[in-house]
Amino acid sequence: MVDATTFDLRQHVGGNSHSSGVWIALIALIAFGLLRYENFGGAYNISSFLNFNAMFIVIAVGMCFVIMTGGIDLSVGSVAAFTSVVAAYLSPYGLQVALPGTIAAGIAIGALNGFFVVAMRIPPFIATLATMLGAKGGALVISGAQTISIDWSSNFTKLGMEQAFGILPWTIVVTGIVVVGLWIVLERTSLGRTVLAIGGGEDASVMMGLSVIRAKFFVYTLSGGCAGLAGLFLASGFGAGQPLEGVGWELSAIASVVVGGTLLTGGMGSIPATVAGALLLGLVFNILNFENGRGVISLSAYWQMVIRGGFLFVVILFQSRVARASAKETS
Amino acid sequence: MTHLIDMADIDKAFGGVVALNKAGLQLEAGEVHAIIGQNGAGKSTLIKILTGVYRKDAGAVRIGGQETSISTPREAQDAGIATIYQELSLVPLRSVTENVMMGYEPRTRFGLIDWKEAHRRAGEILQRFGVDIDVRAQLGTYSTAIQQLVAIARAVSLNARLVIMDEATSSLDDQEIETLFNVVRELKRDGVAVLYISHFLDELYQICDRVTIMRDGQTVATHKIPETTKLGLISEMLGRDPKEIADAGMTALSGHNAEPGEVLLEAKSISTAAGLKNVSVSIRKGEIVGLGGLLGSGRTETARALFGLDKLRTGQVRWRGASASVGSPADAISDGIGFLTEDRKREGIIPDMSVRENMTLALLPKLRKFGRVDRKREKELVEDFIKSIGIKTTGMEQPIRELSGGNQQKVLLARWLALDPEVLLLDEPTRGVDVGAKFEIQSIIRDYVQRGLGVLLISSEFEEIVEGADRIAVLQDGYTVSELVNPGVTEEALIAAIAHHHERRAA
Amino acid sequence: MTTGAMLNFDKARIAHYGGPIALVAILLFNVAITPNFLHPQTLFVNISQVATIAIVAVGMTLVIATGGIDLSVGAIMALSGAMAPLIFLSPYAEAYPTIGLTAAIGVPILVAFACGLFNGVLVSVFNVQPIVATLIFFISGRGIALVLTNGNLQTFTNPAFSYLGTGKILGLPFQGWLVAIIAIAAWWMVAHSTYGRQLLAVGGNERAARLSGVPVRKVKIGAYVICAGLSGLAGLIVVAINSASDAARIGNLMELDAIAAAVVGGTLLQGGRAPIFGAILGAVIIQLVKYTLLANGVADEVALIAKAAIIILAVYVQQARRE
Repeated sequence: MVDATTFDLRQHVGGNSHSSGVWIALIALIAFGLLRYENFGGAYNISSFLNFNAMFIVIAVGMCFVIMTGGIDLSVGSVAAFTSVVAAYLSPYGLQVALPGTIAAGIAIGALNGFFVVAMRIPPFIATLATMLGAKGGALVISGAQTISIDWSSNFTKLGMEQAFGILPWTIVVTGIVVVGLWIVLERTSLGRTVLAIGGGEDASVMMGLSVIRAKFFVYTLSGGCAGLAGLFLASGFGAGQPLEGVGWELSAIASVVVGGTLLTGGMGSIPATVAGALLLGLVFNILNFENGRGVISLSAYWQMVIRGGFLFVVILFQSRVARASAKETS
Repeated sequence: MTHLIDMADIDKAFGGVVALNKAGLQLEAGEVHAIIGQNGAGKSTLIKILTGVYRKDAGAVRIGGQETSISTPREAQDAGIATIYQELSLVPLRSVTENVMMGYEPRTRFGLIDWKEAHRRAGEILQRFGVDIDVRAQLGTYSTAIQQLVAIARAVSLNARLVIMDEATSSLDDQEIETLFNVVRELKRDGVAVLYISHFLDELYQICDRVTIMRDGQTVATHKIPETTKLGLISEMLGRDPKEIADAGMTALSGHNAEPGEVLLEAKSISTAAGLKNVSVSIRKGEIVGLGGLLGSGRTETARALFGLDKLRTGQVRWRGASASVGSPADAISDGIGFLTEDRKREGIIPDMSVRENMTLALLPKLRKFGRVDRKREKELVEDFIKSIGIKTTGMEQPIRELSGGNQQKVLLARWLALDPEVLLLDEPTRGVDVGAKFEIQSIIRDYVQRGLGVLLISSEFEEIVEGADRIAVLQDGYTVSELVNPGVTEEALIAAIAHHHERRAA
Repeated sequence: MTTGAMLNFDKARIAHYGGPIALVAILLFNVAITPNFLHPQTLFVNISQVATIAIVAVGMTLVIATGGIDLSVGAIMALSGAMAPLIFLSPYAEAYPTIGLTAAIGVPILVAFACGLFNGVLVSVFNVQPIVATLIFFISGRGIALVLTNGNLQTFTNPAFSYLGTGKILGLPFQGWLVAIIAIAAWWMVAHSTYGRQLLAVGGNERAARLSGVPVRKVKIGAYVICAGLSGLAGLIVVAINSASDAARIGNLMELDAIAAAVVGGTLLQGGRAPIFGAILGAVIIQLVKYTLLANGVADEVALIAKAAIIILAVYVQQARRE
């Protein structure tokens, strides 16, 4: 039997015993960076690192909800690209319009995914693969395959380029609010518990009288909304709507979720550990940048794709070993 | 007088197959009511209509005299009907508390789940049943018995007026069953009705007030328990004359054969990660060896280990006296061992494939000719088996999913017989098939045994083992505890051997 | 009950004849609307374009038949397509053209086989879900291709190699014949070989297959290896057609075309069925839809959305048939 103290830790930080690794790795990598590079702990690096990774964190958290139900959302990258264009078009009206408008665009596509999965019973990966294609097409159509510059005169640029209270980028503040909000939803509402229950056993959840359909629809809509927010960050951070961005983002998000100890089959998962996973992946790239800067190695941008794949590979291999080991213990 | 539950003239069909035909059921408050019938008689369909899992095609459901139309499990719960299914109804990955409280969690002032209160309440309810566990831990870390009690705790916490228990005791030991019965009696005192589904007729006499018998989708009769006999219930379930059953014996496995031959397959003090602690059993040419024991005693696990599915931790498996390195089903099959599994649907049939393809699946390596399947030989072989063991099918190209349970089972049996095996491991070979097919399958087995086949027989129906087996190895919690030899074994003797707590040998 | 049965019957009919009906509808539409549709040149263009989809769709059908999926086909095409010019443009190959050509075809396909082996091992030995296992190469396979070529477009003139994409036999494009040969071989394998039977058994009920002594791991790995090999071949054909290799574009979104072709052709995503000729038909339909939109001036981007709709519709009709 598990004693109370370790259980609390697992419940509220780690989600399950598989995830302690991500925290250790994260701390180790930060320590490595601090010792090796002078500017690693500097305000500029921290601020730009967080600013750049905010969108990946938001997407990973949305993905985490989907994966906890045992589903998957492959459309997040395209949706972010699409919504970044939407954000650019809405930027002249200021953040008060662009923020809700962009998120609404993401939610609309997410709801479409939810409709395909729940009402039409299309397997999640097919449904979201199709919306990936559709959103990509949509982004190219509305942008005319060009990057769309934002309106620099409105308060839109504030989000991605300025800092709240002079310390943290606004993007990371918004991300923090979203993450904490969703964490509460997961841990402290019926909806959140239903999400976990579905992944643990969809039939059982139906038998228990839980609103399975509502919760499944919710996770895809949420993931779309998160991708929409990421699109907003993308547009405001780079000063333009980017219809061609987002390639491989789903992979990063899935990797972050998995490295955070969430089972790909669903039923278990943790928001903080997912955030840690996203930070870990971001940190790998950050450190590679520093190495590039030192001239120790020289990696082209194409290596990013290879490294993302390699990262996922290592994580999966690790998880499948852990899963095997724990399966042996319990049986 | 109004009944607590009154289901009348319920019809239900699945894609043209009639599951219920004017079935009915009446329950009163505070009674324990059993419902019995063969597999496929319509018990679970009737219950799933009551609990909102299925929708009825016709008929009426009245709760407390009021006609209702429950269409989701949630509505059933809100109407005071709680169900404990054999499986599927809990989420092992989540905590005990969540499983008890899911959907009805206590809230704080801010509308968020109050976990502290939830844990307290879950613990309190479980303590009423004498279960004192850490409610924060994952449900899956506890035994099946505790999980079963958690399911009941959930039902009770919902203030149910009716608790349905579907095969609730099938995985419990004596003491746990006693705990469960105490809970049932307590529910009864509180005026809650309990609908009890069980294959163990003895339990009915211990705990139930009335019994409803179902057969072929219809309600045959409802009796007060004291007015029934076991034989009478069985004859109503089977739809046959009680005298006929008494005369013929319960199975077609009996009928003794010549001296068994040399030892073919032998397990020597084996243990596995799947729960075997120390099991020894041997199978000789031309004999049936029964494995006696309760669910969870290690019967299926023994068969799996002999077939190379579970790795041995200690001990050894010997084939014809030599140490066998059975590492996979393919190895076992090439030695001449076959394994008819318990779960026909999940581990047996390939539903979309034809009778022919299902039957020759294990034989494929022997039908290979330059990488090609020898169709001519295949067809001859399948044709022969369809005739010789009487498989009812429109033709060998019919998809196996369209066959009845009994005929599917015959195809799977033929899958192994076609290999001309020396030993067959049969796990519940007659479960879920109708009475006619059951007799036929039993006599096919007996026939092959007389021609020299060695059989390891696992069956929850004790008469099958008692009448059919030449020897019975009795298992308990992963240990072989004793061996009974026929003739002379009675059902009582077997039950006594299973129940008797032998001193365990060290592993 | 009778109406229910009739309804099922109709749905089944739609699902069963949906492919051919769609094909006829598109053909009629084109004959009526698209200019010069009946010109032989149109036929040649479409055959040469459909070949790569069809070849990959055959591989995809085999993988889906085991209950899996392969998202990495497009990336593997890019990898093999990027490698071929690197090999035959190397100084050694220029010096020994025959060896160079053999290596330029053989090595990329061997590498593709290796990728398939990787996918198959992850899926069958490490029990990683196919979507996730093949997602690794989906991204990093193309990444490797880009790293190899440094993101450059490689152009070349090599008539012998280009025969793969531009050659003609009896007046029809070489790759058309290649498709026919591959399809017949794959059909024979599924219908008549023991491997094919085992493949369908694994997809139909993996546990039952394993208990009947079917070497499940080998069977699954085999499907991924064949699929990757065919993808590698398709990558070479694309490069040969264009006499140029752009790692960022070869096989882009091919996984979607291939899955759509397989599904339109009647492959069940749950596994257990491998209608090879159905997949070819599906590929033809997908190609014709693309061609129709293009020939009638619909933008590429809109065509993407149309394709997404086709996939959803095809899977939906198929799901309806299951129920």
